[in-house]
Amino acid sequence: MSDAVKQEEHAGIGPRRLPAASICCAIGWLGLLLAVGLFGPWLAPYDHTAIDLLDRLAPPIGFGGSLSHPLGTDELGRDLLSRLLVSIQMSVLIACGATLLGAVLGTLLGFLAAHMRGTVEQIILALVDFQATMPFLILALAILAFIGNSLPIFMGLLALHGWERYARIARGLALGANAQGYAGAVWQLGASPVRIYLFHILPNVMATLIVSMTIAFPEIVLVESGLSFLGLGVQPPATSLGSMVGYGRDYLASAPWILIIPAATISTMALSVSLLGDWLRDRFERTGLR
Amino acid sequence: MTFLVVRLARALLTILIVVSFAFVVLRLSGDPALAILTNEAPPEALLAFRQSWGLDEPILVQYFNYLRTIFSGDLGMSMRDGRDAFTVVAERIPITLAITVPALMLSIMIGVTAGICAAFNPNSRLDRSIMLGAVAGFTVPSFVLGLLLVLVFSVWFGVLPSGGAQRWTNAILPIVTLGVGSAATLARYTRAALLEVLDRPYVRTASAKGVPWWQTILCHALPNAAIPMVTILGFLVGQLIAGAVVVENVFSWPGVGRLLVASVASRDLAVVQCLLFFVAATMIAANIATDILYSLFDPRLRASANRGGA
Repeated sequence: MSDAVKQEEHAGIGPRRLPAASICCAIGWLGLLLAVGLFGPWLAPYDHTAIDLLDRLAPPIGFGGSLSHPLGTDELGRDLLSRLLVSIQMSVLIACGATLLGAVLGTLLGFLAAHMRGTVEQIILALVDFQATMPFLILALAILAFIGNSLPIFMGLLALHGWERYARIARGLALGANAQGYAGAVWQLGASPVRIYLFHILPNVMATLIVSMTIAFPEIVLVESGLSFLGLGVQPPATSLGSMVGYGRDYLASAPWILIIPAATISTMALSVSLLGDWLRDRFERTGLR
Repeated sequence: MTFLVVRLARALLTILIVVSFAFVVLRLSGDPALAILTNEAPPEALLAFRQSWGLDEPILVQYFNYLRTIFSGDLGMSMRDGRDAFTVVAERIPITLAITVPALMLSIMIGVTAGICAAFNPNSRLDRSIMLGAVAGFTVPSFVLGLLLVLVFSVWFGVLPSGGAQRWTNAILPIVTLGVGSAATLARYTRAALLEVLDRPYVRTASAKGVPWWQTILCHALPNAAIPMVTILGFLVGQLIAGAVVVENVFSWPGVGRLLVASVASRDLAVVQCLLFFVAATMIAANIATDILYSLFDPRLRASANRGGA
């Protein structure tokens, strides 16, 4: 390879290279999880709550199990594959919903702070500082204790995770964009603030916000699974990956697969999004999109 | 001096927001009297509670009354064991410190060493494995890591106890579980901070002058790399507190985290509120310590703060 080509590639303007194998695996795995998230319950061989006490704690295939329960069964004889598919749907739904809600809320507040300045900005920044200071798990537990739990409350609660990051980024970028010619030009043409922020500034700051979402998503997956593991998140009969790990804990010695299968799913999901986020960040940095 | 005053003012503001947060969520829970005393309380008790907390007053008056009560040190009684909520929380604090302090030291030892090794061999196989380990350390939830350690060391090998707090050996698995998660974060920061510094002209100048490499690292690179690393101290403390909540429940360690989850499950609101203030105070202390350390490491910041710039 000539030096010129090397330099071009280094500057990010050369021929596009395919992403590394790990990134391809991560994208493939996330695609599969998303498909399961969309169609999980229809793919499940059994109802995830169907109990079969005669077939309790059956091991998965390869460890003495049979094809009728490929991933084995739990302490009540419920099929683990079916439970896993339903749990993935629940966890993906909650994590996607909470990430999107958090991004919308944070970005709107960030834009509001950048537009209004003054007292409004100071109040939003004080809230940002407060949220960044307190560990989110503690705030979440306090809210769950005071208000109680239901699926919409739980999702709204997780949406509060990381809103301050979007707010800070959106405010900073909007202040920067306001100082640039294009925002001023649209302003002079008489566009409304909503139009300027949504149609002109937002597309320009989208790349950075998407990278932030890839940081927030695995964190939300981990917080959701942690709370569900503690028995304070998703409530039965609904199930999520974290609550599956929580139930599996009591059978750690006799049936470790109940715990290991959902635990591995949580970790690989979070790992895949993290790898994808790192890769996206590198790409945006190289192409100067940030 | 200005620097400290600004930091203390910010700390006070955070305390005010935390107390206001508690007030807002307590109001959102419906009738605080019912929430704290439950439906089973006799009507006279509910009435007395409402009067003593001024719940029949306008909302703004209630808010200032609430602030006054909290700042006078009255944090309420624990519903579950009838004692002062502050006493219930205070007696659990040393038990939590017994695992979080060693975990912090362990994470600094592992994280900083791994970060230094990775930064000195950038893009090598060692660097890539350390960074992969760091990403894995971040993405494996602490409850999964804890339970896997129990599976290996308690169930399969039978060398360490799986839970409880009877002997010092009971603390080993919780400490390792907590420490490894924070070490992963620290390793990434250390690597990034060192790589940034190693690229600076003063490091190149030192090398060009013939200063031995170990002296360049010890006297020039590490002190400057320490500046950005100090900033994550507050973040690490937060991570340890949140981690302790989960890890204490995995290992039945009777500390603050286990008390919090039990209090949330039984809606013992006075204790939850007290724990919320305790965590806020810890985080504020950690952030002030971070700011002071930061200014010690970086005299430029102190100078600009004294001029009133930051």
